Amino acid sequence: MDNFLTLFETYNVPAAFWVNIQLTFWAAVWSLVLGTLLALMRISPIPSLQWLGAAYVNIFRNTPLTIIIAFGVLGLFGQLQVSLTDDFNLNFFRLAILGLTIYHAAFVCEAIRSGVNTVPLGQAEAARAIGLSFLPAARLIILPQAFRGAIAPLGNVLIALIKNSTVAAAGSVAAEASSLMKTMIEFRGDLVIPIFFTFAIGFVILVIPVGLLTTWASRRLAVAR
Amino acid sequence: MSAQNVLFDAPGPKSRRNILILNIIGALLIAGLIAYVVFLLGGKGQLAAGKWTPFLEGRTWEFFLLPGLLSTLRAAAIAVVTSVLFGLIFGLGRLSHVKPIRWFAGLIVEFFRAVPVLLMMIFLWLALGRSNLVEDAPFWAVVIALTLYNGSVIAELIRSGVQGLPKGQREAGLAIGMTQMQSLRTIEVPQALIAMLPALVSQFVVILKDSALGYIIGFPELLQNARRLGVGEGNLLQSLLIAAVIFIVINFALSSLATKLSTLLSFRSKGRARDETLDGIAAAEPEGTLSR
Repeated sequence: MDNFLTLFETYNVPAAFWVNIQLTFWAAVWSLVLGTLLALMRISPIPSLQWLGAAYVNIFRNTPLTIIIAFGVLGLFGQLQVSLTDDFNLNFFRLAILGLTIYHAAFVCEAIRSGVNTVPLGQAEAARAIGLSFLPAARLIILPQAFRGAIAPLGNVLIALIKNSTVAAAGSVAAEASSLMKTMIEFRGDLVIPIFFTFAIGFVILVIPVGLLTTWASRRLAVAR
Repeated sequence: MSAQNVLFDAPGPKSRRNILILNIIGALLIAGLIAYVVFLLGGKGQLAAGKWTPFLEGRTWEFFLLPGLLSTLRAAAIAVVTSVLFGLIFGLGRLSHVKPIRWFAGLIVEFFRAVPVLLMMIFLWLALGRSNLVEDAPFWAVVIALTLYNGSVIAELIRSGVQGLPKGQREAGLAIGMTQMQSLRTIEVPQALIAMLPALVSQFVVILKDSALGYIIGFPELLQNARRLGVGEGNLLQSLLIAAVIFIVINFALSSLATKLSTLLSFRSKGRARDETLDGIAAAEPEGTLSR
């Protein structure tokens, strides 16, 4: 037991989880922006934009996240020398956020679209009746209700994002949790099971409140109909 | 309700003209975007023939891409079978009328759904490697980790499928003298499985996608082999792109199958075929198909 505890003095486990939380936060913000934009394209009356939104979702929803992240490091950085900052490690961190954003935006788009499907026909008809064109109708009438209807699926995307932030390991973000777990197990192979459960329970602690919170919020904020 | 024809009226002559103009602008924007990327790539010499010709050679496919694809498919196929089995066992467990069994199954399912697949994979890889139980530790780590996660998701699918059935199904089973388990096994779960078939197929897409995580633990699957090829030929960008295209084609075919199944099955099953979730996020959403 003492051995196990000294392990935590050598390795900073909370700091590793903090990296995952940061990855999740930034990727969540950006993918919400990009996903909303894509959803707007998909419900717009303009065929070429509809096509672009659908193509984006179909491509990135069917690509493994691991490839997208690896592409950021090996393709963008390694072969094209794309750099998002001068700081070497921060660059990998940002490329990982970029990869996570691109992948999860497709799911955010679909979540919002499923939220749009919860908005009754009458709302859009009323919006048209008072003379609103597509963009004002979407901004003032449809999207606010769609977001409230999409909280549960958006919460699922956030949970997936928290767990998927470990895939940043494929993008040379060595400070995140799964990479640290690997290092710790390699250092203390005799403690492989307690080390795994430490990290696993860390993720359970991160994920479960998000699930409870979004379930609560989706009930609380559901539009009464 | 289909979103497309709700947000705007059937356009009149003026809006038809506006839509046409915006459509052309949108198309030009897309063309411009593609042209810009091509221009950038060309500027860095990425479109040079030498970067792409390796994919026309037989040995590239024979020694790198096809063996990679094969081990990806092998791991995914085994994981599909084992996760359906795992899902059936724990799905039945969650529906059992014996409280301790229900709790135990619930605990296992909730735990494995909350832990990242990659974390399990790395743990299993290192633990199996140390124990010398199996020869091919990365392969089994991939298969077992995929089974534990996706099996748990499938268990939840089966549970919600059974709960979506009309009460009369179970009552009829009990009325003709079946035990609870018999009615579950022979009446409810088969119907739930059919109602859940689209979501199940979507879960197979998740399995195939997540098998690429094996890349991180050195399992020689498609992505790993594409990287090796790319390092050798100096065309990492191109080989990763080809690997991605292969994944997209297979997954897109599976996703389309799921959508087809959901329209087909909406006519026949007693259970609520969850087509409303299939249109939306749940279809191939990494967390699975359940709203928490």
